[in-house]
Amino acid sequence: MNNLSLLMDGFATILTWNHLMIMVIGVMLGMLVGVLPGLGAPNGVSLLLPLTFTMDPVSAIILLSCMYWGALFGGSTTSILFNIPGEPSSVATTFDGYPMARNGEATRALTLAFMSAGLGALAGVVMITLLANWVAQFGLKFSSPEYFAVYFLAFCSFIGMSSSAPSKTLVSMMLGLAFATVGMDSVSGGLRLTFGIPDLVKGISFLVAVMGLFGIAELMVTTEEGLSFNGIKSRIRIKDILRTMAELPRYWVSLVRSILIGIWMGITPAGPTAASFMSHGLAKRFSRHPERFGKGEPNGIVSPEAADHSAGTSALLPMLALGVPGSATAAVMMGGLMIWGLTPGPMLFITRPDFVWGLIASMYLGNVVAVILVLATVPLYASILRVPFAIIGPVIVAVIFTGVYQVANSTFDFWLLLCFALLGYLFKKLDYPVAPLVLTMVLGHRAEEAFRQSMVMSDGSLTIFWSNSLVTTIMGLGALMLVWPLISKLVGLRGWRQRLHRQKPGDHKPSTPDSRA
Amino acid sequence: MYLKSFSPAMKARPTVKLKPLALFFAALTVSGSALAWQPDRPVEFVVTSGAGGGTDTFARTVQSIIGKHQLMDKSVIVSNKGGGSGAEGYVYSASSKDDPYKLTFGTNNEYLLPEVGEMPYAADDLQPVASMAMDEFLIWVKGDAKYASAKDFIDAAKQNPGKMQFAGSQSKDTDQTLVSMIEETTGTDFRYVPFNGGSQALVQLAGGHVDANVNNPNENLGQWQAGMIKPLCVFSPEQLPKGEPVYEGKGWGDIPTCQSQGIDISEYRMPRTVWLPAGAPKEAVTYYQDLLKKVSETPEWKDYVTRTVQTSQFLSGDELKQYIDDNASTVKKVFEQEGWSKS
Repeated sequence: MNNLSLLMDGFATILTWNHLMIMVIGVMLGMLVGVLPGLGAPNGVSLLLPLTFTMDPVSAIILLSCMYWGALFGGSTTSILFNIPGEPSSVATTFDGYPMARNGEATRALTLAFMSAGLGALAGVVMITLLANWVAQFGLKFSSPEYFAVYFLAFCSFIGMSSSAPSKTLVSMMLGLAFATVGMDSVSGGLRLTFGIPDLVKGISFLVAVMGLFGIAELMVTTEEGLSFNGIKSRIRIKDILRTMAELPRYWVSLVRSILIGIWMGITPAGPTAASFMSHGLAKRFSRHPERFGKGEPNGIVSPEAADHSAGTSALLPMLALGVPGSATAAVMMGGLMIWGLTPGPMLFITRPDFVWGLIASMYLGNVVAVILVLATVPLYASILRVPFAIIGPVIVAVIFTGVYQVANSTFDFWLLLCFALLGYLFKKLDYPVAPLVLTMVLGHRAEEAFRQSMVMSDGSLTIFWSNSLVTTIMGLGALMLVWPLISKLVGLRGWRQRLHRQKPGDHKPSTPDSRA
Repeated sequence: MYLKSFSPAMKARPTVKLKPLALFFAALTVSGSALAWQPDRPVEFVVTSGAGGGTDTFARTVQSIIGKHQLMDKSVIVSNKGGGSGAEGYVYSASSKDDPYKLTFGTNNEYLLPEVGEMPYAADDLQPVASMAMDEFLIWVKGDAKYASAKDFIDAAKQNPGKMQFAGSQSKDTDQTLVSMIEETTGTDFRYVPFNGGSQALVQLAGGHVDANVNNPNENLGQWQAGMIKPLCVFSPEQLPKGEPVYEGKGWGDIPTCQSQGIDISEYRMPRTVWLPAGAPKEAVTYYQDLLKKVSETPEWKDYVTRTVQTSQFLSGDELKQYIDDNASTVKKVFEQEGWSKS
């Protein structure tokens, strides 16, 4: 196949000591910015951008993309260890990753996360290699109604996620939507809910909210419960890592499903954050033991991680094939392309094949390098949990405040952070779920925009959401997800539900029912 | 409590310290204007767009040229503040009055944003330093669209009033203003759909979900090369300089002006502007003017302008003020017609 021989040329371009070293440096720097909450991949990549001005484009893109992989991995680390998502897309990893770490299985949680993330990323690159042209065309089919349908599906597949009362979930979702509306409304151009406060013009940063709701609120609860992380294991052994790797095949259903979701969301491009939330929700929905989710269920770690990384990788495809960034980080890299003198767009494949295929080859190699590097550091990270809380607690607080300041260099965000911390604490005490709030806060703005753009396009008619087969299918899936709990409740037969559950995954993909059965 | 972030106290100090020094130098050297003010700490480039946007590329190109030719002793820190269509960046700079270390990169939205929305800054909270280039606007349609010329396109629009759709970057921005002007001069009625940035407006056009957009050349170059979209006419007084052919033998120089196609708008361009907070010392303004002038004379700058199909035009001082006044009054007229002006 033509693509394969081009890929081999790409490997020939990048397999030099120089490029391998750049990869290692990129991954390490990326892990660093990923671990520091608030810095994040887009910021990290733009910080590095000036350094690349004098490099040749291939080396430059390898450095930046490897930094991206590193940041994606680093973001999961803090999610699992401290309940602080380093990246928006790793929020869903906290739901089960953090409980597992608290149960004393930090090594297992980290290994599961890194391995499934690596698999997800590799699946994304394979897809890019084989299907680049076809998939890029598919992405073009998406307009505002389709985007709204995707977000609708993400919201719906998430309902029933928390074990709290439905009314509480609703309150949490609505609060999230309200926070998402703060700032400039891009459809009318007006400012909303800013109360004349200049710092609110840019909107409320999602990262500030998450660090308050998860990070600080978690610390407050921990402090209340007696100043210690529970269940710290005595030893961290290499054997644990290997054993966890061996158990990975057991979660292949979740893996495959999440990778498919991730690839799809990365291309469309709804982004890694929506992908990770959605696949965590679906993993719970299709699980035979939904009650184990939120308490350290392995499938709850594997799913969001695989989806996050396959989406993150696939998001580079629209950038390469269409010249359209699929994520914030891809947008920064595209800015870089222009400064290096390349024109992003469909012709890049033809005018600079060495660059494009060099990049794709570096994705294979870069992700392998990244997985090896992060696995090597698992014992190091896991041992952080053995440091007494009295020491690590204040350090986390300092890191969070630094991270919040990084988001927009604004001291106003400190106050916002504290408000969200209080809100998170209240939510915990009153047993309100935080996750729906976070979900709607991330996607609410985009969902609203897509909805209103659709309304402008259709002159206010809702039929636009049933106007073609693509949007109808997605909306239909969303509606099905929405009423699913109701259906299963109405029928009320557990056996029936289990039978249905066995059939259901088969509708999605050509695979057999749950292998763990 | 949020008032804290307003405090200019800590930023004002170095300036105060510097003034006598600057005067001393000015007195010593005969042709001392170039030495009158020098940054004594890193300069922050405030970019009023997200990373990867047009304004971002503009600022980072300037940064890379300054670095390469060592035009400034102190280093540059780029910070992206693109929230609220760039308002975040302008508010940020406007709140540090007198500060000569916040060089702010933008477009004409600096003075247009406060016209349409209740912004927490006023246009004259920032003073213009220079305008370095003019970005062009074109009418783009899908590559396989049946319109051979802008005239065909306008005729089709006249037959389907209120049906044909323009995709644009934001609401009530340069794109929507231009579309309103087209409607006004040709008696057509389009539907304007605001997306988030030029790249989304592009995808929507390439995917055939809208009928046209008015993106800048650089935003659409790659897709024109592939024949996914094609330009119909350009809003400049004369045709663009002849460059290399882009698609099927046609290049930028072959695109007719919109005026020649019966759309009576002789010129519609967007300046790439640089600002300082109001009250920053005159010497600092002069320093940056000289600096940016030097940048605009380098081969790298020429390369950037050619590649992004902009027109290099360096404006500063009274010339720039005159341009801004003219530009603002033209656009304000449209705002009033459309009822966008806040009253």
